[in-house]
Amino acid sequence: MAHGAGGKASRRLIEGLFVPLLCESSLGPLGDAAHIQIDGTRIAVTADSFVVKPLSFPGGSIGELAVNGTVNDLAVSGARAQAIVVTFVLEAGLPTEILEAEVRAMGEAARHAGVVIAGGDTKVVEHGKADAMYITTAGFGCPIPGVTIDPGTVRTGDKILLSGPVGDHGITILLARGELDLEADLRSDTRSVFPFVDALQRAAATGIRWMRDPTRGGVATSLNELARDSRKGIVIFEDDIPVRDTVRGACELLGLDPLHIANEGQFLAVLAPEFAEAGLQAIREVPGGSEACIIGEIQDKPAGSVLAMTRYGASRIVDMLVGDPLPRIC
Amino acid sequence: MRYVDEFRDPELINKTAAEIRRLADPRRHYRLMEVCGGHTHAIYRFGLKDVLPENIDLIHGPGCPVCVLPMGRIDDGLSMASDSNVIFTAFGDMMRVPGRQGSPLEHKARGMDVRIVYSPADALKIAKANPDRHVMFFAIGFETTAPSTALTLMRAKEQGIRNFSVFCNHVTIIPAIRAILDSPDMRLDGFIGPGHVSTVIGCRPYEWIAKNEWKPIVVSGFEPLDILQSIVMLLRQLQKGESIVENQYKRVVPWEGNHAALRAMTQVFELRPYFEWRGLGFISQSALRINQAYAEWDAEVRFQIPGLRVTDPKAAQCGEVLKGVLKPAQCKLFGKECTPEYPIGALMVSSEGSCAAFYNYEHRKTSALISLGTTA
Repeated sequence: MAHGAGGKASRRLIEGLFVPLLCESSLGPLGDAAHIQIDGTRIAVTADSFVVKPLSFPGGSIGELAVNGTVNDLAVSGARAQAIVVTFVLEAGLPTEILEAEVRAMGEAARHAGVVIAGGDTKVVEHGKADAMYITTAGFGCPIPGVTIDPGTVRTGDKILLSGPVGDHGITILLARGELDLEADLRSDTRSVFPFVDALQRAAATGIRWMRDPTRGGVATSLNELARDSRKGIVIFEDDIPVRDTVRGACELLGLDPLHIANEGQFLAVLAPEFAEAGLQAIREVPGGSEACIIGEIQDKPAGSVLAMTRYGASRIVDMLVGDPLPRIC
Repeated sequence: MRYVDEFRDPELINKTAAEIRRLADPRRHYRLMEVCGGHTHAIYRFGLKDVLPENIDLIHGPGCPVCVLPMGRIDDGLSMASDSNVIFTAFGDMMRVPGRQGSPLEHKARGMDVRIVYSPADALKIAKANPDRHVMFFAIGFETTAPSTALTLMRAKEQGIRNFSVFCNHVTIIPAIRAILDSPDMRLDGFIGPGHVSTVIGCRPYEWIAKNEWKPIVVSGFEPLDILQSIVMLLRQLQKGESIVENQYKRVVPWEGNHAALRAMTQVFELRPYFEWRGLGFISQSALRINQAYAEWDAEVRFQIPGLRVTDPKAAQCGEVLKGVLKPAQCKLFGKECTPEYPIGALMVSSEGSCAAFYNYEHRKTSALISLGTTA
């Protein structure tokens, strides 16, 4: 199960099995989408699958997540999503009104993100062989000219920008499962992050070194991947990372670290220092970006690791998530 | 956030750290043990070692219930749930703890009905909702969690819910501290006393530590300021040559404990003559079992369990680390064969275990701080 949770085990599976057996030449660092050339035309492609439980939750649902998740993978690779193809795997007995609601949610999210649902496929499996509904997508996009996302270009002194509060999605899902008997006024942050990418490339295109939407495994996992791929040290200032009180409260109660909690509408970028201020202002002007901030910077050490500093001068290593975050009690 | 932010205030933390530096005699070396795993976790998570002078060593104690649970008990619990009619419930803490055939989470992936609960009362709710199935709650923890297990059992009895049982692995803190103090290679100057346990048992049970063993003890909260303030209180006692029990966590811990919780425990549990602790061996009268009046809800009575002892690999030096004789990184397996993902030793399995906390938050840090001196 841990191999699917987006942390260390997922990474090992990809690097240890998929890449050596499936990729003939070295494709470079593992990003959220691949940029390939067909007859001289560059396109960005990505594939994603969605197995969320419950299917709908405050702020979103699986259908809408499938569109935004795909759009976001393309966006942080430096591409504008153009078309998505969708596969539904449905468990026999799934009420049609649930399916209809998810298809509607998908259509609405696609219109909102300006992307076309160009085709798809449906499979139905026996009752008990799937959990209500799985969605897989493939997304196609146009690379934004002048934007190159490469962890190899990250330099010491670069700034790390975060678009807003972390952990909303993961905690919303955890609470929506209803197993914890906790209630909070909280909504998933699921949305397209393309407007952020768009604003950033207008304000600071040549200063963008790296982007990522910190989904499963949270900000901690995305930054650890960057640390590894860039062989740099990442220093973040813990008190500068925005976390809503409800998310902090739930994390304190459950013994979780907000940095490990999934997001579906946040965005991380590394900017050359001279572009940091302009980039930050541009993001803040995008609706939903007012809480964006600089959370840290790239250092030489600890190479390959992420270090969180506190305001009283203490520090700790922030590791990738191992498996799923589990609530702690004692 | 109230009750949290004020205990993480950088200015107060810096002031308290300065007071610690003022009180610590540079000619002395202080070895203070935080008994509770919650403190160990907080010390690493908040990087508190960075603000302490070098001659104050924090030794991580035995107060992590997951860490001290022998592997054989995990196998026993999982063996009950191999019956497909049984729903295995436990706290999230237990889910990644390996048995010989894998952890509860790995059993879940293979099809066992394993559910995480946040309270034993939730496990009872699952039993009520599934009258055709049997729900077993794998109970762990010190006196902190034992009362909620006791109350749940009392409720199950009152309501006549018979498809529910508890596999009791509750342990008690005082015999563990005694075992640490009895250890010949142990040299401690004082204790940061457990906060949550003391909410239930109060401060009186520690008096023998101060009086007979002449080790000051300060019952402490879990925020950075709580822990630092407790260290100040310990240093003041040591400076004055005193040894008493003090309560830093007054906002939560009543000196006399929680009588209602203690009554519930007495009603449902009795002391086991002895119990095995991972890393520490058998300790007499150190654990609780369900008494005769509640036998019907005792999983050890209802199910046949293998009851096999599983010894830890010899190379793992958990006992030495648990007693504070070795630091986590001094164990031969640390960070190599034994990591949070593939834990071999007990202290690597829970985020409160000193090895896991050290691995997650401290390991790899030393080289970083040197460069930060010039840039931060």
